[in-house]
Amino acid sequence: MEDLNFQHQVRARADGTRQRAIVGVVASGNLEVLVERSLPDAECVVDIKTAATGFGAVWSAVIGDFVERYSPGGLKFSINDGGARPDTVSLRLAQAVRLIAEAGQ
Amino acid sequence: MTAPLKDISPAERARSTSFYEASARTRLDLLLDAGSFVEFIGPEQREVSPHLKIFDLPEQFDDGIIVGHGRLDDSPVFVAAQEGRFMGGAFGEVHGAKLTGLLRAARQIGSIPVLILFDTGGVRLQEANAGELAIAEIMRALMEARSAGVKVIGLIGGRSGCYGGGGLIAGCCSALAVSEPGRIAVSGPEVIETNRGVEEFDSRDRALVWRTMGGKHRRLLGAADVFADDNVQDFREAALELLGLVGPFGLDRLRAEQRRLADRLRSFGDCGDAVDIWTAEGIAHAEAVPELPADQFIALANRIGRTSRDAR
Repeated sequence: MEDLNFQHQVRARADGTRQRAIVGVVASGNLEVLVERSLPDAECVVDIKTAATGFGAVWSAVIGDFVERYSPGGLKFSINDGGARPDTVSLRLAQAVRLIAEAGQ
Repeated sequence: MTAPLKDISPAERARSTSFYEASARTRLDLLLDAGSFVEFIGPEQREVSPHLKIFDLPEQFDDGIIVGHGRLDDSPVFVAAQEGRFMGGAFGEVHGAKLTGLLRAARQIGSIPVLILFDTGGVRLQEANAGELAIAEIMRALMEARSAGVKVIGLIGGRSGCYGGGGLIAGCCSALAVSEPGRIAVSGPEVIETNRGVEEFDSRDRALVWRTMGGKHRRLLGAADVFADDNVQDFREAALELLGLVGPFGLDRLRAEQRRLADRLRSFGDCGDAVDIWTAEGIAHAEAVPELPADQFIALANRIGRTSRDAR
């Protein structure tokens, strides 16, 4: 297992009022993303626990691209990864942002 | 053009969603009245397994089971749903404790039924002692809840089936609904083959596995009282039907269940294959049962299949 942490300054606060959301399942080639609205509007944190060690540079690129594209200000992402490919990671992150952008608790 | 999602009613969405393919969260979302689900010990509390990191294995924030309460046709229910894709839906220490706690709460309240959406290979080997203890605690909590008047309904149609200790817990429920891919057994195909040899049970023979452990056979034998087609709406309707059917529980019930099982063994104990049992039950062309579409099978099962309605 390897623990990774990324912190970004972002342009704008994420949409929506939901306080948290969860997508995905921890399985081979899959991951779960728990997203919580718990940070100041201009910050974004991504905590990762991954079963595949040695892919820090790939994670850094995927998270950097995601933050640039979605501007997830105020959101903390916690990821449990079962060795997902980068495209699956991008998809789950996008699903998490979309889900927390909905109205509700 | 497909219709935009917002124009689809919850029932239509549930009807078009495969129970087998859906995640545990999606199943609960579509099974219960829209928006009624409230989770206990949700993923944000990060109540993860204390054992998996010793084995360098990834954790899941809900430890593979979601517990909570919601409403079914406006009536309150407790629910538990296992996620069969996380470690095969297996019971570990935290996973088991969440179900035990839910059943104990149900016992204390007494009037609110429990739905358990099984999807499990049994006990998690990495925390085997804790998992075995959890199975025993759950069975005790379940029987105590039933003794206090709580109806406990099992819904089985997930990709991991309902095996090992999950099969034992399912056997304790007031009633079960099962779909064709939902298998119910204690020892799984690979376990039987490993211990007894390939002549006893060929785990790669999928047809053998499904006709021995699959939902159709379990329905015809009376282990499950309702057969559901593989969609969430069918399971919702099955749960409502079973909640209406289940009677009071006590010693007389258990004696009736003992008679039912003894009678079953007497009638079919010498059969070498599920097809022999179906033939003995009077089904013409019993070998065609696995091919029957759900509606035709349900009609057949309602005519010929056994039930545990007066027992259990």
